Amino acid sequence: MHEASVVEALVSMLEAEVAKQGGGRVTLVRLVVGEATGYMRESLEFYFGLLSKGTSLEGARLELGLVKSLLHCPACAEDFERLRFSFDCPRCGGPGQMTRVGKEFFVESIDLEEASAKAPAKAGDVAGPGTAGARS
Amino acid sequence: MATIEIKRAVYEANDARAAAIHEGLRARDIFTVNILGSPGAGKTSLIARLGALIQASPEPRPLAVIEGDVASDLDTRALRALGIEAYQIETGGDCHLNAPMIEGILARMRVPDGAWLFIENIGNLVCPAEFVIGEDLKLVVASAAEGSDKPYKYPAAFARSAACVLTKLDIAAAVGFDEAFFRRGLQGAAPASPLFPVDGRNGAGAPELLAWLGELRRASQSGI
Repeated sequence: MHEASVVEALVSMLEAEVAKQGGGRVTLVRLVVGEATGYMRESLEFYFGLLSKGTSLEGARLELGLVKSLLHCPACAEDFERLRFSFDCPRCGGPGQMTRVGKEFFVESIDLEEASAKAPAKAGDVAGPGTAGARS
Repeated sequence: MATIEIKRAVYEANDARAAAIHEGLRARDIFTVNILGSPGAGKTSLIARLGALIQASPEPRPLAVIEGDVASDLDTRALRALGIEAYQIETGGDCHLNAPMIEGILARMRVPDGAWLFIENIGNLVCPAEFVIGEDLKLVVASAAEGSDKPYKYPAAFARSAACVLTKLDIAAAVGFDEAFFRRGLQGAAPASPLFPVDGRNGAGAPELLAWLGELRRASQSGI
């Protein structure tokens, strides 16, 4: 359920990007997801399929770059990958602390099939690249 | 086929609108606290306790509350019955508040200059952590009844909050709450986050929390 709203935001952000690029069809979305966000792959994929219907992202593949949480152990002065359900340092057993790594949630890039490859259905979409009006 | 680099956070559009809300509130000396927590953690009781302290202080600042719920206005009515100016956002299913919802309600309510603005988010430890809504800071409320593992299971909610409020400690023994384990988890998820035990029934601990908020408020003002 929680993933629905973020996928909605993702689709609307990328729709705006496609419009900025002069239209086209997105075939691949590379999304980077940190473990600490708590978002599940299955849910992200499920809602992406559902919410991209009827948009320029319909049918696109969602490639997830999952990032494991990196914790810092102040005692060992070292970073370590978080073990499930624990913040403890595997070396000394002391308490580790969360770092920025693992909190990511951003779009790395998209693959876009240009509008000209498709039927020129909408007059507004055939303008040259970079000239499309900004829609928000 | 072209690969287009995006490198942008999914929350960007929301974040920009939240920044504008924050700027507007700050310009009017309104300090905004976004309160997160599970359903039943004690968020509304905490607001009621803080509200009573603010109203009873020798130089009371005005106070306004925005209540976010999936459905119903029970919390808003409960706060109004205590003489607290409260407004309801009913999300109709959405599991968190976002910046456009706050824009909408701020246009319909009157928050006096210099006020405290408490926003009670939807009872949920996942999405509310990811959305900024114009606040100066987030507070996460956890209760003993939820169990001691919450910082381990929902680290983002704790990591993104400036402090953690722990409620219902009076029933800790009955529900097997392990406070040391909880504190260790909080330390891992949010090393800089202080823990404020607050008893929603008698208000114990609320003055310390309000004093801490007041200090942060003063510090943020002098930082302009």
